[in-house]
Amino acid sequence: MASNDVLEVRDLKAYYLMNYYGVTREVRAVDDITMSIKRNEVYGIAGESSSGKTSFIKVLAAAIRPPLEVVAGSAVYDFSGMRPIDVARASDADTDRIRWKYLSYIMQGSMSVLNPLRRIESTFEDFAARPLGLSGGALRQRVVEHLATLKLGPEVLRAYPHELSGGMRQRVTIGLATICNPEFIIADEPTTALDVVVQKDVLSLIRNLQRQMGASVILVTHDMSVHANMADRVGIMYAGRLVEDGPTRTLFTAPKHPYTAHLVASLPRIGDTARRPALEGRPPNLADPPSGCRFHPRCPLAIDRCKTEVPPLATVSQEHRSACWRADDVEPLVTADGDAGRDTVTA
Amino acid sequence: MISIVRDLIRYNIEFAIGLVLTTIIVIFACLSFFSPVNPNLVYTAIPDQPPSWQYWFGTNSRGQEMFWQLSFAFRNTLSFGVTVALISRVISIFVGLLSGYLGGWVDRILMFVNDIFVAIPIFPILILFYFVMRSNLNSFTLALVMACFGWPFDARLIRSVALGLRHREFTRQAVFAGMSPIKIMLEEHLPYVMPIIFATAMANMIWSIGLEVTLAVLGFTNINIPTVGTTLYWANNHSALVVGVWWWILIPVIILVMMFLGLFLLAVSLNEYIDPRSRLRRMGV
Amino acid sequence: MREYLLFALKRFVQLAAVVFFGISGAFFISHLSPISPVETILGEVTGRSSVDPEAIAQIRQALTELFGLDVPLWQQYLNFWGRFATGDLGPSLLAFPTPSMKLVMLALPWTVGLLTSSIIITWIIGNFLGGLAGYFQNSRLLKLFGVVSIGVQPIPHYIVAFLMVIVFGFLWPILPISGGFAMNVRPGWTIQFVLSILHYSILPAASLVIVGMGTWFLGMRALVSNIVTEDYVTYAELANVSRGRIVGSYVIRNALVPQLTALSMALGGIFSGTIITEQVFTYPGLGSLLVSAVNGGDTTTVLAVSSMAIIAVATAIFIIDLLHPLLDPRVKAA
Repeated sequence: MASNDVLEVRDLKAYYLMNYYGVTREVRAVDDITMSIKRNEVYGIAGESSSGKTSFIKVLAAAIRPPLEVVAGSAVYDFSGMRPIDVARASDADTDRIRWKYLSYIMQGSMSVLNPLRRIESTFEDFAARPLGLSGGALRQRVVEHLATLKLGPEVLRAYPHELSGGMRQRVTIGLATICNPEFIIADEPTTALDVVVQKDVLSLIRNLQRQMGASVILVTHDMSVHANMADRVGIMYAGRLVEDGPTRTLFTAPKHPYTAHLVASLPRIGDTARRPALEGRPPNLADPPSGCRFHPRCPLAIDRCKTEVPPLATVSQEHRSACWRADDVEPLVTADGDAGRDTVTA
Repeated sequence: MISIVRDLIRYNIEFAIGLVLTTIIVIFACLSFFSPVNPNLVYTAIPDQPPSWQYWFGTNSRGQEMFWQLSFAFRNTLSFGVTVALISRVISIFVGLLSGYLGGWVDRILMFVNDIFVAIPIFPILILFYFVMRSNLNSFTLALVMACFGWPFDARLIRSVALGLRHREFTRQAVFAGMSPIKIMLEEHLPYVMPIIFATAMANMIWSIGLEVTLAVLGFTNINIPTVGTTLYWANNHSALVVGVWWWILIPVIILVMMFLGLFLLAVSLNEYIDPRSRLRRMGV
Repeated sequence: MREYLLFALKRFVQLAAVVFFGISGAFFISHLSPISPVETILGEVTGRSSVDPEAIAQIRQALTELFGLDVPLWQQYLNFWGRFATGDLGPSLLAFPTPSMKLVMLALPWTVGLLTSSIIITWIIGNFLGGLAGYFQNSRLLKLFGVVSIGVQPIPHYIVAFLMVIVFGFLWPILPISGGFAMNVRPGWTIQFVLSILHYSILPAASLVIVGMGTWFLGMRALVSNIVTEDYVTYAELANVSRGRIVGSYVIRNALVPQLTALSMALGGIFSGTIITEQVFTYPGLGSLLVSAVNGGDTTTVLAVSSMAIIAVATAIFIIDLLHPLLDPRVKAA
């Protein structure tokens, strides 16, 4: 494991094993993923619904419960001042030590992650008192300071969740996740179900905090524009597998997997009226996935080899990997005009 | 439908036990159609005989064979329970769907009435009815009165489902297509509500039969109709326990508990089967 | 604060409506009775000794006036409410001329005491155990408790009470099965009396607790099993919030709110169950009073008990409703 990596995932497999009224099902939500994340890096994970990305980050967050189980592989964190810990296999006691202090989570949907019957200050006490080792006045002080960086005033503390607006609730949730200065933050669709203005706010908040703390963030969303604006590197998931990953700019300008090419092309640009090709078909059933490359039923470049042999995630160029037998033949579907890289979301 | 029942029997032990118990009781009650004895006659057999090969459940102090007595008793009690459940289902569906779908002042009035009925303790009212009608109180009238008190809980449940359905796409489409409210309620919304109806019907039966037994034991119903409650009433009347005729009390109570248990298990297992969240939980084990 | 007062006012209006309609209903039902209180009392009086027919006519006249039966029904109805406002529901027929309200008031504390203690025990303990059972799904002890609850829960109050009388009356007579207190103890505020009351209330209370506990346990367990899957609980577990805090403040506290609503809906039934149980144990509460009144054809007492029952239950529901916004800040007290 490179000393610069804060997370290394190797051959990770996590399936839903279900037995209900005599019917056994094995849903291969995470099927053989190998990747790593450096310190102080924003890594985006993109993919459609049921690509397995939520299950993947549940494993990373050490938050899996039956029927989801880790079947093989490892996910090792290397935090400062600690021995490396493999969350795929670690005991509860070990994972408890890293929770919230080193590893935190921003959950999807700010609506319901806060206890409706508890004031915000009590929630902060529940979450942060132990990892920070503070209580009473000192804790309150720290919370107020932290909320200020999120542009929330101290009056928020006495409020109940339903008394705050959606945007404020999302900031509180981000505040909760970042108050202990974790080294690794998992953000699960933090902007879904928010309107564009609030989205911009939330994203810049996450970006600023990440820079300040020097933390790594794994940002999961299906929205490619968010990745374009936020991520240093992006990984594309399809049907439980990682099909391409690499620096954001490279992926957007020169994707080497047909699926990525289509995803990138789906972003509209002002003034661009070209027709966009749509992919036929739908994502596969993870309980009964296609043989060989899972994308082959929908792939315009598919050849016979794709139906029988699984393409490995092979290095295409510097830090850029793709799982496609015809990676060299992949062309971007829409030519980039000028700078299609980072926007000025966070000036 | 059959496959659902089959799956439930095979994998849900509560349902299986409940079904077995209830079926036994129903069969027992149906035997009364083939009874050689008229249950309203007394002293047709030797009184106070303990259970034996001749008299399977023994005889009571009134000279009646307990086996046939109880068979009739359970038949009457079960049909009473079913009647109450049916009538109160109809009322609660009507009120619940109407209230949930139409909303506005209809909803407010109906829920107001609902709350009144919930707050009034039924036992004194039932006693009051008995007090007034004495021996004119037949099973059907009693069933009617009980049904009038049995609908509030379930009407609220149905109402909340109907409230959710009101805003669904297919409802708006139906309205747009010009369907009348009654038609929408009956044809589109009713199927969503049926599972609740089934589950609550069992609970309702338990409640109404329990109440009927209680009233009868106290002597507050028509004691000449053989039901489980009146059987216990006569047993008390003849001081069965003191005299030593224990089978007069114990056997009806045991069968009664079996019946309650059976109905309750059915209700609980059906409820869990219907609730999609509990289904997901079971999948993990 | 103003919102809360408005809320309380609305609920009070509801309380008044329930009481009004309920008691009116009881009034009209009881006046359908073919039993004439006048004739009943006359029967009592003349049955003891022979009386001069002239005197009988005079008594009849006096009684009819007393009971206000010489006016049409609607007027009787209005007179009824008039007298009700002063707390007078008419004399008891069996214990003539004791006012029926006095009998009710004598019996009421016994019922209320039994009711309150059994509700508190069953609701609090039942919900607490159910909460634990819903969260710690693998505990064998709690699972056993669940199975027992399922077995006992559907059995009606009367049967359980009856079985307890059998067990403790005939098989294992260690606890008193009838009466409110020992016969040889003088009523009064002495320790002896209080202890005697407690002693005699053990069996009826136990009977109610056995029946009631299961309902709350099973309901809470189901509720908690669902709450455990809620986002805020999952999030708190992700963040390693202390287990005790999660079970207490995130799970049970949130489940208690619907259980409180359930309690107010169930009060009517709980009350009925209590007075049924009282009757079995000959406990000197409203239950025994009601049954003896019915058997003796005592219209006024039956009406008095019914009225008091309606008022008691409606008031209890009102009080619980008032507690609601205090427990759940989301309830718009509007």
